[in-house]
Amino acid sequence: MKNTKILATAAVVAIAAGCAHMGGSDDAAATRAKALAMMKASFKEHGQAKLDRLDQDELQKACSEAHGQPLDKDLAERLEKAQLATVKYPADGKLMGDWKAGERLAQTGVGMQYSDDPKAPTGGNCYACHQLTKAELSFGTIGPSLYNFGKVRGFTAEMQKYAYGKVYNPDAFSACSSMPRFGLHGILTEKQMQDVVALLMDPESPVNK
Amino acid sequence: MNRTKPAALGIAVAAALAAFGVLAQKPDDHLSKSTTVQEIEKYRAALGDGNPAELWEARGEDLWKQKRGPRNASLEQCDLGLGPGVVKGAYTVLPRYFADSDKVEDLESRLVTCMVNLQGFTPEQAKKDPFGGPGKKVPMDALVAYITSSSRGMKMNVAGNHPKEQEAYNLGKEIFFFRGGPHDFGCVTCHGSDNHRIRLQDLPNLTKTADAQRAYTSWPAYRVSQGEVRSFQWRLNDCFRQQRFPELEFVSPASIALTMYLAKNSNGGTFDAPSIKR
Repeated sequence: MKNTKILATAAVVAIAAGCAHMGGSDDAAATRAKALAMMKASFKEHGQAKLDRLDQDELQKACSEAHGQPLDKDLAERLEKAQLATVKYPADGKLMGDWKAGERLAQTGVGMQYSDDPKAPTGGNCYACHQLTKAELSFGTIGPSLYNFGKVRGFTAEMQKYAYGKVYNPDAFSACSSMPRFGLHGILTEKQMQDVVALLMDPESPVNK
Repeated sequence: MNRTKPAALGIAVAAALAAFGVLAQKPDDHLSKSTTVQEIEKYRAALGDGNPAELWEARGEDLWKQKRGPRNASLEQCDLGLGPGVVKGAYTVLPRYFADSDKVEDLESRLVTCMVNLQGFTPEQAKKDPFGGPGKKVPMDALVAYITSSSRGMKMNVAGNHPKEQEAYNLGKEIFFFRGGPHDFGCVTCHGSDNHRIRLQDLPNLTKTADAQRAYTSWPAYRVSQGEVRSFQWRLNDCFRQQRFPELEFVSPASIALTMYLAKNSNGGTFDAPSIKR
C-alpha cells in the first residue's frame, strides 16, 4: 500500500514535470504561430513580393527558431545534407564563366525587391558582405574576405565545384548561413553563377591579383 | 533655421566625400580598414553640423496646435502616454498600452488614434500619407519630428509590464528572428552580430543593449540622400523591402510589436533625434 502510494506520487510528479517541460515548448510554438499570423495580417502584396514570401521552408523555420544561436549539431547536419541534395551543377560540367561579368554581378544588388522591375536582370551583391578585390574599398564584413580566394585555396577543379555549390546553396555547407541560396531560389542564373565562380577562381581575376 | 546652414552642410559633405576620394587610392588591408572607419566617423560628424529636420519640427509643432479635420480640433489634448497634451518625454515611454484603444501603440499609431478620436478623421484618412516623398510633405513626418524632438536628451524608459506590452515584446522578438523570402533574410541577418558592415555602413547589433541604445535613439532621421525626415515606421518599412519581403503596412500590429522589442532593448539610452544620416 505504502509502496503503491510512493509510486503513484512519483508518477504524478513525473507527469507534472513532463507537462511543465512540454508547456514551455508549447508556449514557444504558440508565440511563433501568433507572430506568423500577426505578420500575415501586417504585410501586403506589393509588385512581385507576394504574401507567400512569408511561408517558410524547413531550413528557414529551424534557423528562425534558433534565435541566432548555433543549431543543435544533429539538426545542422541533417539540414546541410538536405540542402546539398538541392544543388544542381551545370549539365555540361562547365563551372567557370567570365570574371568580368562576375565582377559586375558582385557590384549590383538589384533584384527581387518589390520596388525592382521583375523583368530586369538581378545582381549578386557580393560586395555588400564580402571583400573581393584590392580595388574595391566599399565592401561589407558580414561574410569573410574572399580576396585571393583561388590563390589561397588552389586553382583546382574541386575548388571550382565547391565555389559553385556554395553560391548555389551556402546552407549545404553551413546551415543558417547569412548568405542567400542564389541557385536554389533562382536569384542568379546558371550563367551568372559561372561568372561569379570565375571571379573567385580565375587566376586572371582581380580577386586573385 | 539659419540660412547659411544648408550651404555649410554642403561644404562639409563635399569635404567628407573628398576624404573618401583620397582613401580610394590607398590599398586596403587590415590597417587601413580602421582608417576607413575613422573617415566614416568624420563624415558623420560633419553631417551633424546642421540638421534640416528643424524645418519638420517647426512645421510639426504648428500642426499639433492647428485646428484640423471634420471636428476642427487640434491635437493638443492627445494623450501620448504621459497624459493629455504632454509632449515632452512622451517618446521615451513608447510604445505602450493605451486603455482607450485597448492596444499597444507606437507614436505613429497613437497619432492616428488621436487624429480619429479628436479631429474626426477616418482611420483611412489618418493613415493615407504615412511617408513624404519628392514634392510631397506629409503631416505625419512633421508631427513625428516635433514630438520626438521634445524627448531629446531624455533617457528611453519603455515600461513593458502590461500583459499586452509583454506579448508585443515577445512577438516583436519572434519577428526580429524570422527569416524568409527568396533571400532567407531576417532582421537578424544584418542586426544580430557585432561589428558588421554592409558596404561601408556600420550595422548595429540590435540584440545587444549598447548598440540597440545607439541605434534606436538616432531615429527619426533626416536622410541627406533623400531630403526627407524618416520616421521609425519608415525605417522598418524600408528594411523589409530590402529583405525582399512584401510591404509592411503602416502602423500594422507587426510593425508595433517589432518597435516594442527594439525600443525596450534601448532602455537607458539617451534619446538624440531627429538625427541626420547619409
